Amino acid sequence: MKAEVKSFDARGATIGSIADAVRARKIKAREVTEAFLDRVEKVGPALGAYLLVTAASARKRADEIDQALAAGQTVGPLAGVPLALKDIFVTKGIETTCASKILRGFVPPFESTPSERLAAAGSVMLGKLNMDEFAMGSSTENSSRGLVRNPWSLAHVPGGSSGGSAAAVAASLCAGSLGTDTGGSIRQPASLCGIVGMKPTYGRVSRYGVIAFASSLDHPGPFGRTVDDVAALLEVIAGQDPRDATSVPAPVGRYRDAARAGREGLAGLRIGVPAEYFGAGMDPEVEAGVRAGIDELARAGATVVPLSLPHTKYAIATYYLVCTAEAASNLARYDGVKYGYRTPEARSLEELYTRTRGEGFGLEPKRRIMLGTYVLRSGYYDAYYGQALKARRKVADDFAAAFAKCDAIVTPTSPIPAFKFGEKTADPLQMYLADVMTVAANLAGVPALSQCCGFTKAGLPIGLQVIGPPLGEEMVLRVAGAYESRTKWHELLPPDHTTAPLPGTATAQALGGAA
Amino acid sequence: MSRIKPEEVREIAVLARLALGQDEVARMTQDLDAILGYVNALRELDTAAAEPMTHAVPFDCPLRADVVAPSLAVDDALANAPRREASFFQVPRITPKSDGSGTGGVIGEEA
Repeated sequence: MKAEVKSFDARGATIGSIADAVRARKIKAREVTEAFLDRVEKVGPALGAYLLVTAASARKRADEIDQALAAGQTVGPLAGVPLALKDIFVTKGIETTCASKILRGFVPPFESTPSERLAAAGSVMLGKLNMDEFAMGSSTENSSRGLVRNPWSLAHVPGGSSGGSAAAVAASLCAGSLGTDTGGSIRQPASLCGIVGMKPTYGRVSRYGVIAFASSLDHPGPFGRTVDDVAALLEVIAGQDPRDATSVPAPVGRYRDAARAGREGLAGLRIGVPAEYFGAGMDPEVEAGVRAGIDELARAGATVVPLSLPHTKYAIATYYLVCTAEAASNLARYDGVKYGYRTPEARSLEELYTRTRGEGFGLEPKRRIMLGTYVLRSGYYDAYYGQALKARRKVADDFAAAFAKCDAIVTPTSPIPAFKFGEKTADPLQMYLADVMTVAANLAGVPALSQCCGFTKAGLPIGLQVIGPPLGEEMVLRVAGAYESRTKWHELLPPDHTTAPLPGTATAQALGGAA
Repeated sequence: MSRIKPEEVREIAVLARLALGQDEVARMTQDLDAILGYVNALRELDTAAAEPMTHAVPFDCPLRADVVAPSLAVDDALANAPRREASFFQVPRITPKSDGSGTGGVIGEEA
């Protein structure tokens, strides 16, 4: 009888299963990488998730892993696992643009700490992923490099700003990815694409080499198909970094163990449900899905505790004052002098600055630079920025009070499922309100995760958000692990779209640009 | 009543070193007005007793050991410069020319 050769199927493959199979030498890292690259080539073009595919270096890296294993050497926990990075993580020798014209051609001379740690753990980097320009947006429509489409429906946005990172994982164009979350930019796209995305505690993951948008709110974090996958990535990227003074010195937890512990149930745990997160404007199907998710946690043994986060209604206003003030300062560095785009026309240094920035930034970064400059202006500072810093304290105090009464908080991640292209681009306020359920965790710096808890009748994913106390990543992962072990949503896969690139989608030109 | 006028938008653009076209000034005036209208709701919040929160977690600025460590080589640091000369970033001149005329001149056309 002829032996059946079962080739590796990248579609739906988890980080855990790949790492186990490669380490046990049941499959070569090179085969895994080829399978993912094949999908990037065939399924990727319809989605626009990749800005750059580093196929040659990925193959080389996979071969190195296979050689190390063949030689009996010890390999890292992510050996042979193909991953990709939001194009906000600087990568040594590989173009990094933040999806902005002003950074086109920037080839960083150094590597970000999170991506360096992923590489040291043996992972294979497949490329750089599309995003809203400078991580400013909730739909990835603000990219200067084309749209990203939601794998569950090509007519819908993937969320943002880490839309490429979410779409790529959902469509198995990489086994896992990294994004950043300043006001929801990991959790909201994870929700809209039906996967798991986690923003850890502020400072848990180093921001070194992560291009700054709003420094006191920026959180790098992982995307994965499962809670275990996200835990596996977090274990690698978490931990203090001498190159980021704001990284926290607390010891890194055993996140995979915590996720696994959830399978044993949640007896003795109290799950807080804040009334303010179930108000007007919520899609009834989203509400039904999230309420059913909370019921499932109760069946897992948790006690559901109704509670209040009374300053929730101020969170968006507070967030947009703080983040724009910080963005206006952070984006001052893009002036056409040191790297990136420079206007060809300047006749004076002043003109060099203003024209470079006027020509290089897209509409949303300009809008936020303008708002941030306005609120920091002499005479307005106390009324806007000063008041926002105090309101931020009130929002954080809400969480501190809530965590005296419960162990974790559960809410919807987004009040609505994925929306259609162009639906919110005309009115920036409508786009800002997409973050209404995620920004408070950034203001407070607490860990939070989104996982899939159902689908609408139209087939769009619904996200459940689990929020924990400061440094409570293990609690968040335990609750999420419990939910996942009792449901099957995470096993559903979006259809493959093998059509030609659609108008406005980014990947067509990106595939030619292998590094 | 409009909270922000086009003249103010132009002033802020100067502070932000952003060259905006006429249509962009109009768009920014409209957008900033709407956003400021929304964030004005914060004014009703009593924050008299709240300590301003500048950082997400309790934070004392840590000091590192004062030792020399390797840093980026000059050539690496300059590798992305749109224009460089020797070990410098090159920009248009910022001092007046000797004849007292302004700081004009296209980059690279030194007097």
